[in-house]
Amino acid sequence: MIRRLIALLVSLYLGYILYSFVYVHFPFGERPLRGVAAHYVENGIKEEGATNIVTSIVTLYRGFDTLGEVTVLFLAATGLGLILAGMKREEEEKPEPTLIMETVTKHLFPLVLLFGSYIFIHGHLTPGGGFPAGVVIATGYFMMFIAQRSFTPSEYLLSATESFAGTLYVIVGLLGLALAFSFLDNVMPLGIPNRVFSAGIIPVIYIIIGFKVGSEMTGILLHLKEA
Amino acid sequence: MDAGLIFYGSAIFLMVMGVFIAITGRHLIKILLGIDVFDTGLNLLIVSFGYINGGTAPIFSKYPNIFKNVVDPVPQALVLTAIVIGVAEMAMGLAIVMQIKEKFGTCNIAKLKELKW
Repeated sequence: MIRRLIALLVSLYLGYILYSFVYVHFPFGERPLRGVAAHYVENGIKEEGATNIVTSIVTLYRGFDTLGEVTVLFLAATGLGLILAGMKREEEEKPEPTLIMETVTKHLFPLVLLFGSYIFIHGHLTPGGGFPAGVVIATGYFMMFIAQRSFTPSEYLLSATESFAGTLYVIVGLLGLALAFSFLDNVMPLGIPNRVFSAGIIPVIYIIIGFKVGSEMTGILLHLKEA
Repeated sequence: MDAGLIFYGSAIFLMVMGVFIAITGRHLIKILLGIDVFDTGLNLLIVSFGYINGGTAPIFSKYPNIFKNVVDPVPQALVLTAIVIGVAEMAMGLAIVMQIKEKFGTCNIAKLKELKW
């Protein structure tokens, strides 16, 4: 009891320090838009062609960062497979999924995949992009794991998709290095903003990221389910 | 009650809750959940830093008529990175917890006495 009280006091004190610091140094909403942020907002559409400024920051201005992020996710998926390798759960009888569950998920699954693809194709126009889309697709697969007993995607296909998408991402980056003298530069025509076929390589990168994150998250869920 | 108190306050409340769960929890999954709650609070806090009064989302849906007052897009892009790293960290943590459970038969940190695995 006394330990919990001390822990509560310590965490509340931490929160108090943080709150007073934040409140003094960053008054809410009163910071002007300046520095790189102002540059991104003012010139983002002219320079990169995407109407969603966050997308152009993630994929182009800080594209190298995103490549590193994708690598971290890949390392996590690989490490998970390594840690869980050789773990076999003893067979226990699980309840059979009901008819409603089975039918609904069977018909919902293509719609979930379609929605995921919609999100990553329209990443430069609307909120979203490759990462949320990948998670949506993995959620669809997770639904199938839970509700359908016989459904298991091929692990080989998953890792092949993942490796192919990762290699393609680096190749797109090297294309920028070769044609525009800057890694991950926008080498394709920008087009008219607010169209699906615009913003140069942003949709290409987001489609690659969507495939990569989707297969990676599905692989993680598959490993966790099977271990 | 001003907006800053609500946004900063709820983000920091989540962080405090996460720290409390992580340091009082005895079950390994509970500790991981505490870390995840902390992570969520931190992400909300970083997004709140980027708010600018009267600003909207940095997406220009009516392109030629650009609205100048948008919120700061940089913290949002950073938080996107942080969320993915959080997912990776949770997956690794859960895998390690599964191995500990298999090896020692318990997830309670009070019963995990050995320092060497």
